[in-house]
Amino acid sequence: MSVSKEQVKHIANLARLKLSDEELEKYTNSLSDIVDFAESLNEVDVSNVEPTAHILKIQNVFRKDELKESFDREELFKNAPTKESGCISVPKVVE
Amino acid sequence: MDLYKLSLSEIAKKIKSKEVSIKDVLDSVYSRIEDVESKINAYVTLTKENAYKRAEILQIKLDAGEDIGVLGGVPIAIKDNICIKDVKTTCSSRMLQNFVPPYTATVVEKLENMGAIVLGKTNMDEFAMGSSTESSYIKKTCNPWDLSRVPGGSSGGSAASVSADMAYASLGSDTGGSIRQPASLCSVVGLKPTYGVVSRYGLVAFASSLDQIGPFSKTVEDAAIMLNAISGHDTMDSTSADIEYPDYTKSLVNDVNGFKIGIPTKFISEGLNPDVKKAYEESIELLKNKGAQIVEIDLDYAKYSLAVYYILATAEASSNLGRYDGIKYGYRTKDFDDLTDLYKKSRTEGFGAEVKRRIILGTYVLSSGYYDAYYKKAQQVRTLIINDFKKAYEKVDVIMVPTAPNTAFKFGEKTENPIEMYLEDIFTVPVNIAGLPGISIPCGFDSKNMPIGLQFIADAFEESKLLRVAYTYEQNTGFHKIKPEIK
Repeated sequence: MSVSKEQVKHIANLARLKLSDEELEKYTNSLSDIVDFAESLNEVDVSNVEPTAHILKIQNVFRKDELKESFDREELFKNAPTKESGCISVPKVVE
Repeated sequence: MDLYKLSLSEIAKKIKSKEVSIKDVLDSVYSRIEDVESKINAYVTLTKENAYKRAEILQIKLDAGEDIGVLGGVPIAIKDNICIKDVKTTCSSRMLQNFVPPYTATVVEKLENMGAIVLGKTNMDEFAMGSSTESSYIKKTCNPWDLSRVPGGSSGGSAASVSADMAYASLGSDTGGSIRQPASLCSVVGLKPTYGVVSRYGLVAFASSLDQIGPFSKTVEDAAIMLNAISGHDTMDSTSADIEYPDYTKSLVNDVNGFKIGIPTKFISEGLNPDVKKAYEESIELLKNKGAQIVEIDLDYAKYSLAVYYILATAEASSNLGRYDGIKYGYRTKDFDDLTDLYKKSRTEGFGAEVKRRIILGTYVLSSGYYDAYYKKAQQVRTLIINDFKKAYEKVDVIMVPTAPNTAFKFGEKTENPIEMYLEDIFTVPVNIAGLPGISIPCGFDSKNMPIGLQFIADAFEESKLLRVAYTYEQNTGFHKIKPEIK
């Protein structure tokens, strides 16, 4: 097993996911399988090879700083689960 | 005459010449949907009311002598990860089950400007993660050729809707094969354009360096018409290519004399279903007889594509899907203790099993201590895969490979072992890694009468070459004319 249950638990916490014991077992197994599968890349000599992020030869794409009509606030808030006084409401974050 | 059976170009002509009204066309397609949708389940949402309203407006314009566009009055379907204002866009996920976008994707705007009418939104693997559409939270889409088999994925609903004549064309998205593989399994044409040719503004992001929108259609001609409509630079997508776009219908030439077609024999020798192999070899013969030159090529690093893909795609996905926190939009859990608990429960309850698996894998390969070993290494091998293709295109016009190693499989057959499911994408994934255009077209049937697809891959921005070779193949075979008997 190339990935441990403890590691998966830690990763799930970083990704803000809760796993049941059964899921933890399942994901540890399949994650190990996939990671083992990915180990095939170790056969490849990548010294002096530049990494590719995407294939387009573009760097920064700028637009003119012009005023344009934007979204209607009410419309954007339509999908928010809870709202209060024209704001999206969230549970208390500071004591 | 059953209007729904016609191709996009045929119905567009009939509408333009006023041989039929747009309402007649809509009636025909929606009654077809009524007849077979209960068996296929291609659609998540139907936008019937809007469609008839648009039909009325377009007909008035047409009757007044106005030009209503090359897609004037033609009904099409849209994958449910492409936003349309005021129409639910679910990504086939519980997370977005009630999400109603406040804006419309550029591709849909472009199609509508050309006169197209949206029939509805199609089913998919949750967040486009899958190769069978089985990970949809909403419903199970069946393959029109055999209802006990999957339509492929992730754009399974878009492929099935065109295959079953429930739309003249549809849009899908392709991150690792999600247009070409279902097109192959359902016997329709599926085109994945070069990265940057079609704007992704309004497409729900999965893996941003790989995602691309493209059309499904009944014929290669229709694919060219659709590509004409949706391609082009868009200031709303900074990765959209600012180039001169050709008229793709000009490439519909039935001639491959002297055309050089590359065959990577070593790469495709493993794990290929014998029926697929036979159809592929027959296709080589046919094109050779039409004057094409068959050239042996090496794609030495292509075999690492899946490993590279599952590192890069999941890393990008884990980051893209970080936005689903239950705060601004999307699913929010009912009971929680504090903010962290709200995040965790909303994400845990809102995402399905495959999405969670990929988020965990992506988070793992990006986590401290593993970044160089996995993510950076995958990006370096990506460079080597791209170089392989570059070298090949010095010698050939297009590369030809099967679209998928197998034909449509049964429900549940590959859900237990994720790697088995991932292997279905072995011939499509390298194309996304290199950002190239690829097309899948029908090329025969296996012993169980399940469709087989043939894939052509061209160099970046060489869609014209793809369309020319695909058109020639199609015109000299006629597999696209064979339709499924839905039972």
